[in-house]
Amino acid sequence: MATRKILLANDHIPGIQTYEVYRRQGGYRSVEKALKNMSPDDVVEEVKRSGLRGRGGAGFPTGMKWSFLAKPEGVPRYLLCNADESEPGTFKDRYLMERIPHLLVEGMICASYALGCRASYIYIRGEYKWIVKILERAIEEAYANGWLGENILGSGYSLDLYVAPGAGAYICGEETALIESLEGKRGNPRIKPPFPALKGLWDCPTVVNNVESICAVAPVINDGAEAYAAVGVGKSTGTKLISACGNINNPGVYEIELGLPVEEFIYSDEYCGGIKNGKQLKAVVPGGSSVPILPAQLILKTANGENRLLTYESLADGGFQSGSMLGSGGFIVYDEDQCIVRNTWNFSRFYHHESCGQCSPCREGTGWMEKVLHRLEHGHGRMQDVDLLVDIASKIEGNTICPLGDAAAWPVASAIRHFRDEFEWHVREPQLSQQRNYGLAGQTLATV
Amino acid sequence: MNNNPHPSIEFSLEMMAEVERIKGQFPEGKQKSALLRVLHLAQEEAGGWLNIPVMNQVAKMLGIQPIEVYEVATFYTMYNLEPVGKYVLEVCHTGPCAIEGAERIIGYLEQKLGIGVGHTTPDGMFSLKTVECMGACGYAPMMQVGEFYHEKLSEEKIDRFIEDCKAGKVNVGSWKIDKLAIN
Ligand SMILES: Cc1cc2nc3c(=O)[nH]c(=O)nc-3n(C[C@H](O)[C@H](O)[C@H](O)COP(=O)(O)O)c2cc1C
Ligand code: FES
Repeated sequence: MATRKILLANDHIPGIQTYEVYRRQGGYRSVEKALKNMSPDDVVEEVKRSGLRGRGGAGFPTGMKWSFLAKPEGVPRYLLCNADESEPGTFKDRYLMERIPHLLVEGMICASYALGCRASYIYIRGEYKWIVKILERAIEEAYANGWLGENILGSGYSLDLYVAPGAGAYICGEETALIESLEGKRGNPRIKPPFPALKGLWDCPTVVNNVESICAVAPVINDGAEAYAAVGVGKSTGTKLISACGNINNPGVYEIELGLPVEEFIYSDEYCGGIKNGKQLKAVVPGGSSVPILPAQLILKTANGENRLLTYESLADGGFQSGSMLGSGGFIVYDEDQCIVRNTWNFSRFYHHESCGQCSPCREGTGWMEKVLHRLEHGHGRMQDVDLLVDIASKIEGNTICPLGDAAAWPVASAIRHFRDEFEWHVREPQLSQQRNYGLAGQTLATV
Repeated sequence: MNNNPHPSIEFSLEMMAEVERIKGQFPEGKQKSALLRVLHLAQEEAGGWLNIPVMNQVAKMLGIQPIEVYEVATFYTMYNLEPVGKYVLEVCHTGPCAIEGAERIIGYLEQKLGIGVGHTTPDGMFSLKTVECMGACGYAPMMQVGEFYHEKLSEEKIDRFIEDCKAGKVNVGSWKIDKLAIN
């Protein structure tokens, strides 16, 4: 299945980073169309009908999110672009911003017009320092050519666009933590409700959208909702950027048509190009470190024996018993030599490090999981540790202000669900487990 | 946090202009929003880390209480609260990088520099830090030094990099916008 490129149609063109080349390729047409021929509500409707869903992880329909935005008289509204991109395995937004920064600027203008914003911000992780400059240069060019500022294209609509860097905190990708951070505070998520649509940045109505979601608005407006919705399968319309990494031949960022079979994505030379060094596939984390890990059989086929597809629905098929999530599209591939216990320990160290510390279940629980996994991995585990981990994870999940707690619990719970025998082997064979990995042993047993 | 009663610091005119530009991006009365970016600038001017006088000065510039600055400086990992070396090597050790040998790279750097993670060489040239996923998982292993990423690291690449640092040939970039990136 050759993918129609929507976001990355022009990313290979030399100089596409610059305004001149971008414009020559048809850039900013969506802004002309929206501001001249459409009302803000028309733009919202168009995005709704396109079926576009949030590309940041949760997959919430973008047009619907926009229609929830409160519009009280005389109160400014804000659109915030979430460019925090810190979910392990995810490096797609960076690709978009580095390669085609004007696409994000274009999408921001259309989306801000639809929402009636006078000022919008791109909140970007501080480590992407050089991209801050790429974006600010693109924004400067957009101002110079009349796409930003006062009375854009004589339409009476005015917009200012700014870039705001963070300073190193995964939690600031969570939308209310992002808002706190943009207010110059610690990134502590807020209790919801009130939702940002009612009270967000400086207590004003706010929409937070992922970089890729906002970029997709430009082609939706350009080519129309129907054309966008014609790509993809069912409720997974359009294309998705997948950042693939781990033990594969061709790591990188790929734009796929939603509905591509996972097997084709992993083995086709057009995408991952198969497992490196002729090894066998052991497991995949398909949507960033927070989503459940699946063993080879279950990532290629659902429990019902259907081909697993890269769609929101297919990846979630089977629930947490035998499925996972599309998430952010951070696709991490593990070969037969990888140790699941070690990887789970690594991820739980990440969540412990990144917990903001507000909620006890998350602050304490992530630390306990890290410690218990550390001792299992280092040959000091006890058999009851495996169930202890399941117990801790279940007590974090659902008991925290923000979903970081769930994100920390799921990788542990799913690793034990599908690879329990490998955890137990670490307890039974503490010496051996220090010298070699478990390989693929016992996998079929664990997953049927 | 180092509480050394340092004489208060003078920021450059260049930085002050940049601070004004950033403050102008936010509505009247919301200048606190500039804090994260101003702290990056301040850290750069203060030699790579934030001490109390520097943070107090930032508070004054933004019209907020010093405690509001300390709260933020202690939350985010990019702010250093202790002195660091001229080149801060921040190596990612999260899952995808670990698969590709991040731990080996960290071990190699520790051995080569003769310091552990979290430490600075006695000559003040290098600090070694581990960091969490940097959004470069497909180009692992990786490290950030100043503004830029160094990806697909190998022992040979590190040897060359350290030589280049010693020869003063490594560009660490800047938060100041007029010093544009060169790569
Ligand atoms: C701990 C945590 C981290 C998150 N990190 C990101 C992120 O880096 N980028 C992102 O777009 N969304 C992230 N999200 C999801 C956002 O909260 C939010 O749902 C998203 O930005 C909405 O945009 P979308 O509807 O366009 O996907 C994160 C959520 C949580 C709970
Ligand atoms: S895991 Fe190292 S950059 Fe993502």
